[in-house]
Amino acid sequence: MTLAAATNESLAEISNVLIYSAMAVYTLAFFAYIAEWLLGSRSKVARTAAALTPGAATARTAAPAVTVKQAGGTAVLERPKVVVRAATGSRDVPDGPGAHGGDEKGDLYGRIAISLTVLAFALAFGGVLTRALSVERAPWGNMYEFNITFSTTAVGVYLALLALKKNVRWLGLFLTTSVLLDLGLAVTVLYTESDQLVPALHSYWLYIHVSTAILCGAVFYVGAFATVMYLFKDSYENKLANGGRPGSFATSFLERLPASASLDKFAYRVNAAVFPLWTFTIIAGAIWAGDAWGRYWGWDPKETWSFITWVAYAGYLHARATAGWKGRKAAYLALAAFACWLFNYYGVNIFVSGKHSYADVGLGALRSVGF
Amino acid sequence: MSDTTTDNTPGTGEDQELGDAGSQLSTAPKEEPAHLPSLGVVGWARWFWRQLTSMRVALLLLLLLSLGAIPGSLIPQTGIDATKVADFRERHDILAPVYDKLGLFNVYSSVWFSAIYILLFISLIGCIVPRTWQFVGQLRGRPPGAPRRLTRLPAHTTWRTGAEPETVRAAALALLKKRRFRAHLVGDAVAAEKGYLREVGNLLFHIALIVMLIAFAWGQLFKSEGNKLIVEGDGFANTLTQYDDFKAGNLFTNENLEPFGFEVKEFTGTYERTGPNKGTPRTYETELTYAEGADGEERTALVKVNKPLTIGDAKVYLVSHGYAPVVTVRDGKGEIVFQDAVPLLPLDANVTSQGVVKVLDGYRNPDGKKEQLGFQAWFVPTFGDSATGAMVSRFPALDYPVLALNAYHGDLKADSGIPQSVYQMDKSKMKEFKDADGELFKQLLTPGETMTLPDGAGSITFEKDVKEWAGFQIVQESGAGWALGGAVVAIAGLTGSLFIHRRRVWVRAVEGPDGVTVVEMAGLGRSESAKVPEELGDLAGLLYDQAPGVPDPGPDEASPNTSDPTDPQAATAEGAEQ
Ligand code: HEM
Repeated sequence: MTLAAATNESLAEISNVLIYSAMAVYTLAFFAYIAEWLLGSRSKVARTAAALTPGAATARTAAPAVTVKQAGGTAVLERPKVVVRAATGSRDVPDGPGAHGGDEKGDLYGRIAISLTVLAFALAFGGVLTRALSVERAPWGNMYEFNITFSTTAVGVYLALLALKKNVRWLGLFLTTSVLLDLGLAVTVLYTESDQLVPALHSYWLYIHVSTAILCGAVFYVGAFATVMYLFKDSYENKLANGGRPGSFATSFLERLPASASLDKFAYRVNAAVFPLWTFTIIAGAIWAGDAWGRYWGWDPKETWSFITWVAYAGYLHARATAGWKGRKAAYLALAAFACWLFNYYGVNIFVSGKHSYADVGLGALRSVGF
Repeated sequence: MSDTTTDNTPGTGEDQELGDAGSQLSTAPKEEPAHLPSLGVVGWARWFWRQLTSMRVALLLLLLLSLGAIPGSLIPQTGIDATKVADFRERHDILAPVYDKLGLFNVYSSVWFSAIYILLFISLIGCIVPRTWQFVGQLRGRPPGAPRRLTRLPAHTTWRTGAEPETVRAAALALLKKRRFRAHLVGDAVAAEKGYLREVGNLLFHIALIVMLIAFAWGQLFKSEGNKLIVEGDGFANTLTQYDDFKAGNLFTNENLEPFGFEVKEFTGTYERTGPNKGTPRTYETELTYAEGADGEERTALVKVNKPLTIGDAKVYLVSHGYAPVVTVRDGKGEIVFQDAVPLLPLDANVTSQGVVKVLDGYRNPDGKKEQLGFQAWFVPTFGDSATGAMVSRFPALDYPVLALNAYHGDLKADSGIPQSVYQMDKSKMKEFKDADGELFKQLLTPGETMTLPDGAGSITFEKDVKEWAGFQIVQESGAGWALGGAVVAIAGLTGSLFIHRRRVWVRAVEGPDGVTVVEMAGLGRSESAKVPEELGDLAGLLYDQAPGVPDPGPDEASPNTSDPTDPQAATAEGAEQ
């Protein structure tokens, strides 16, 4: 018993060390990303302006439609290539080169930054894992654990998207910045000694419900980032298309991002892809509440805000199929929906008390949930 | 210089060229302008219905629903925590009546909130029914024929081949069918479509939402929910009179109560002994025996937090626990007038508890007059501080139990007709027993100790046996199965709707002016997706193997000057130059 307690304590120690190391490596990654952006800024690529000048719009035929070529007398037969055209009415701006702006050294720093991010992710993952082992349960019994798990998952989603060869490398700087803030908050304000859960939290629905909630949050987070960038890039493109002259910082920064249409599409895909999982998360939560509290749905603040978030994302998906609501308006809806998600996590825990709140004492503790 | 520059401006001309290629690729309602009708009542009704079932209004209703749900999470709700509402009323005497008028203490059953979701669901039904018919029509029909100019489509490819046009078309038809497209030959082209399951998923999702709402409403109407506190060794039969409190939906009748009974054998609670979370409960469980129906077979069960006992439609949840010290009260002559376990209500996490011992009958005071006795009781399972004597528990387990009592006599007013709490004493007709100093008579007791009342008025003994009680919530809710079924279908439908792409592919093969066959392929998805060109490339590759290319005509044969600018060939060649 005491032996077990001692191993648990040393595991918790190891977890803390790993989390701090992860923060150190994230900081290094952060500087490497900064270097990538700074080195890239020297090249002033103004592809957008070029693409938006009348007459240059044919740049859309990215893949040549060469069918059969004749090279040096011999017929070289090539497979037919598919010509892709932008939909009617949408601008046809090429994607930017990424944070390094086409600069080779910048690119090198970017690669270093990603390697460091992978290392930091591994460390943070180890931290979360040892924490879980030390408490002999899933690592989300309180806000500290939730925060470290959440930021690790968000980086995991980013790395997974990179591994899938999605055009998301430019996200690195913003993501590491926010992850550092999140971890800083976790180890200072939210830190909680490792311990086990109150009986209400022992349920496999908890594992399902909370793990999917965290994953959804991480993906929504990436989606929200892309949405914000879409809004910036879109107004930048609008300005250029209307003959305006954006500032040099805006140019240097936004030129490197993917085209607004790509960002918009990416944000939509990401949000739409997790929406079914978010639906499932709420239902799993309802099943758990049915077991723990004797009712599936009781308009508890946490439940209410999950519902609000769900309806807001459903509204966003609808908006994208509604005339007059596509584009910027839908993007604002997506951001509002993500704000609901954030409020559900931080706001409800801090400002509103309900069955999910940890502060409950006495009998409440028997039926309360940790976060 | 090129016709392609016009692509950026939305042109009706282009839509005409595409014909109905993109028609009915989804069943979303057409957007209609919101101009007002001029046609009497029927016209207005029709207009109203069109508006209600339009995507725009559905979106607005969705947004209203999420906005409308917000106040309920910030303002205390009667249905969730009535005491908080009472508190709020006391503190805000101006705001509270306004809130009352607006239904803000009952947001989720208020008229306006109900109006939003009822309108949304009417809109939903009004949307699903025509969409379903439309979809059935699409299934019966066939994919629309190829648009005149395939090179106008978002993804296209073309090549020249030595194969005969008929051979190419036959190969394309076979290929597309093999790839599970619905394909047929229209004129000089093959038209194919795939991904109908997207629409099925979308319709199923929206229908499942309706099923869930009905199941939920049904559950609320027939739901019943009651609480019962039971001391170890006591039993319960599921009838209305046995409950401490009971709530039920509007359509609930007493016959709906599932017939069963149970008896609590033992409650077990264990707690964290060390560490920062010392005192946090680790296990809570109750062993009980139960029987279904009037004379069912007796069975045992272990009920834990999160693990209710299910009997028919009813679920028995363990929701609370506390201590019930056994006390014996004797009169002046030493006759036992009361002996029972007295359940006390916990006040904090360490189960400092409070309650009342009431002796209603059988007691006569030393003068021989009938009287009632009342003892205010405080109980701690682990006594904290023997120095100050503060009755605050240090730990929730029974490590050092102490019972503190104040003694009163007189009339408890138990039969005044007003229901009385068993945990409170109406002291208006009660007199204090006094000690030698004229103070209220009180004492701390450890198990086995007796407090002797002054002037031979009798005694009260804190027996060695401290029982525990368990609080149960018994919930009966029908419709949960339907709600769950609806939820599963909703998720499945949603997944289909969001991950399946509905797309069309056309393959045209005609003889070009120089006698060589020209193959054109194009794809169109409902939404712009990278998948459409990818798949088209795949298909083109496969078809190319069966209809291999021949070299392009030399520059002198097909110079840009001679070719018609609207000729598909030329447009592609031009694209190639970029
Ligand atoms: C209870 C409220 C509703 C919810 C939660 C909801 C949710 C959703 C969701 C999540 C989608 C996305 C699926 C996709 O993009 O394919 C969707 C699509 C759709 N919804 Fe709803 N919906 C609701 C009510 C309505 C109503 C009232 C209408 C009728 C006007 C409607 C018509 C549609 C249509 C036509 C689509 C497909 C749009 C497309 O083809 O992309 N929905 N709905």
